[in-house]
Amino acid sequence: MRGGNRFLAAAVLVLIAALALTHTVQNEYFFFAGYVVLQFVVLATAWNILGGYAGYVNFGSGAFFAVGAYTAVALIKALDAPLIVQVIAAFLLSGLLGFGVGALTLRLRGIFFSIATVAVAVICETAVINWRFVGGSRGLAILQPAAPLWFESYTRFLFVVMALIAIFSVALARYIQISWIGRGLRAIRDDEDAAECAGVPTLKLKLAAATLSGALMGAAGAPFPLYMSFIEPTSVFSLNYAVSALAMPIIGGTSSWVGPVIGAVLLASVQQIVTVTISSELNVLVVGVLLVAFVVAAPQGILGLAERLIRSRGVARGALGARDNGIGDRS
Amino acid sequence: MTPELLIEAVVAGILLGSFYAAVSIGLSIAFGLLDVPHIAHPAFLVLGAYGAYLLGQHGLDPLLAGAALTPLFFLGGVGVYRFYHAAFERHGSDKGLRGLAFFFGVAFIVEVGLIRVFGVDQRMVEAPYIGKSLALGSMRLPLRMLVPFAVALALTIALSLYLSRTFAGRAIKAVAQDQTALALMGADPVRVKQWAFGIATATCAVAGALLIILGPVEPGLGRLYIGRTFCVAVLAGLGSLPGTLAAGLILGIAESVVLTSFGASWAPAVAFGILLLVLAVRPAGLFGR
Amino acid sequence: MTSSVLAVRTVCKRFGGFAALTDVSLTVGPGERLGIIGPNGSGKTTLINCISGSLRADAGSIDFNGIDITRLPAHRRARLGMARSFQIPRPFFSMTAAENVAVPIEYVRHRGAPHAARARREALALLEQMGLADKADLPAGVLPQVDLRKLELARAMAADPSLLLLDEVMAGLSSAEVDEVLDIVLALNRQGVTIIMIEHIMRAIMRFSLRVVCLDAGRIVTEGAPAEVAEHPDVRRIYLGA
Repeated sequence: MRGGNRFLAAAVLVLIAALALTHTVQNEYFFFAGYVVLQFVVLATAWNILGGYAGYVNFGSGAFFAVGAYTAVALIKALDAPLIVQVIAAFLLSGLLGFGVGALTLRLRGIFFSIATVAVAVICETAVINWRFVGGSRGLAILQPAAPLWFESYTRFLFVVMALIAIFSVALARYIQISWIGRGLRAIRDDEDAAECAGVPTLKLKLAAATLSGALMGAAGAPFPLYMSFIEPTSVFSLNYAVSALAMPIIGGTSSWVGPVIGAVLLASVQQIVTVTISSELNVLVVGVLLVAFVVAAPQGILGLAERLIRSRGVARGALGARDNGIGDRS
Repeated sequence: MTPELLIEAVVAGILLGSFYAAVSIGLSIAFGLLDVPHIAHPAFLVLGAYGAYLLGQHGLDPLLAGAALTPLFFLGGVGVYRFYHAAFERHGSDKGLRGLAFFFGVAFIVEVGLIRVFGVDQRMVEAPYIGKSLALGSMRLPLRMLVPFAVALALTIALSLYLSRTFAGRAIKAVAQDQTALALMGADPVRVKQWAFGIATATCAVAGALLIILGPVEPGLGRLYIGRTFCVAVLAGLGSLPGTLAAGLILGIAESVVLTSFGASWAPAVAFGILLLVLAVRPAGLFGR
Repeated sequence: MTSSVLAVRTVCKRFGGFAALTDVSLTVGPGERLGIIGPNGSGKTTLINCISGSLRADAGSIDFNGIDITRLPAHRRARLGMARSFQIPRPFFSMTAAENVAVPIEYVRHRGAPHAARARREALALLEQMGLADKADLPAGVLPQVDLRKLELARAMAADPSLLLLDEVMAGLSSAEVDEVLDIVLALNRQGVTIIMIEHIMRAIMRFSLRVVCLDAGRIVTEGAPAEVAEHPDVRRIYLGA
């Protein structure tokens, strides 16, 4: 359990660092960008719980994110609910959506779940466009409340909130990975039928993963309306969320909780810099090209490349290089 | 809704439905018969539409442009399949996840690539039959729908006959059912599959031309057609071409009726709604094997 | 009837228009060793799949230790004490040998209260029993064929089964390796595990079985003592005529 203590210490350290930054860094843009990077850490981590561990690909991460965001908008408009209520409600509702899509399609082959997530994205977008109360297709302006005590601006506060959500997500993903649940999910990814016969309740585990994954994506979306002070369907349902949530873990490495974090921090930071300096379209293209390149040439992601580098220096021989040839010679 | 409106909606739906069958037929082959998770099929379709647009700029009729582009698309399809096979199918490691992510990435690159070249604005083509319509009693049938209807019908029937009547077509159907038996007969399954995937992609050139005849096209259109094409391919019962036609008609009529009664903004959700329903109730499709 | 471990009654399975199993019935008593033979495509693996839950029978019923399991998913059957191996070894390739064995330990043996350290200890003990102790921390993907076969056995045994279904565990092994695996299987049976084994290697099936069932075209042709079945005219026709 020493690893657990180390992780806890690191988590506390990250939180303290986030708090300290809000009092030391002057440039407001840092928090705007930092918030987005943290938001992608949550999305990538959430995607990986189902996609990376169990091998079921979600193409509709944007929908879960958007359901979270619009849950928050509805709560603000209807009840003027506080942020914490918004986040929890978004977590629950998006989780429910994940469960629903899963219950509908997780009995079938993986591609049907993937297509269903695209379907859910379009159906949710259509519903929101036709829902006047939350602004329909024209959108809605949201008034940011005054910054809480201790914080110079509301954005700085949201930055810390997102850091908290990110820490919670990563801790959850890490727990799942090292526990028996993670081993069950990996068994599903490797060979679902063999997993069933080894006593793994595959449908139940997949449903749990889909629910949790959806819920975390929703939580990532909840503070978004307040962060932007404005909400409209096109930006919330942007394809960029769906692609990034999938590309970041695959580029970072899907086998461990570290992979999505590396992928998200790296890609989202680069995106923030490139968007400012060049163009937003170009950075989306870069993500797409990187995704294809990694899927084809380095399926283990940056983590796998790093492991191979260490191994080629002779630290430990045999394990990973062989794994590449070994996985699933089903043909 | 008055009976006249309903009849009009159904007629429009039939025209549209045959077109939906034509845009889905490539997917029925690639996904239904070859079991390739071809999420990028609708992106190729939009690529075909832009191809017709580009040649149309030089005065070529969109249908002729579509026909002229088929060899190029065929070769492109063969190339994509060879690459897919070499990278994923042969080693088989994590085929499902990696294959899906790969085609998703390809679709995404096509879309952003089109945005960079053509911008996000809608593009359309000109042809003598666009803008005119045929009067049928009190109904007016626009030629921009009738022409795709006729071509789509011809394409679907021709491919159905090809698959059931010719030796190569039967080999494609056989590869879907029993690769070992096919190998024993002396045909190389990989070559059969690459040939079939080439045909599947070539249909995107023609169907893409129909797409831009039917209405203006923008790079993001492919995402809507993920729903429509997969809805038709799954509803058809994977790999059945007559089923594809029937499923296309069902979707076309459903969409057209919803459009008339609830308004255009709900139409995109129809295909996805039917798709979810089919997956939940009868994933083998209406005409499943 | 109640003393049987497994009672299969008139099970049918069709794939499209093809009848893979037609009215197959068989009973297996506690501690028995049943061999199943038959030509390729006769439905042997389909029968194992229907018993283990990888496939659902279209008609008929299956009782396991007096419980009707016809409609239960495979993981519930595993928890009731049924384990199987696959014709082509299907280890979890992204895991080490020890982790492979830990899966059923955590999901069946320790269900509800898994404990990682204990699971590993027990996994290592099982691997040792199969002669794989020194390969526990190697990824499953690097193991040679004979070790994969043993790993399948270890993973099956990790669920503490009362009934073990073996689908050609010896295919592709050398003569010496066949004896090695057969000795392990017989030792498991002496510990009280009931075993059903599909096998093409006649020498192995003769040495292993107390009783043999012969399938052809999805039906049971004959059953009885190994020597009787081997002399049965239908069996001779199927094997020598083919």
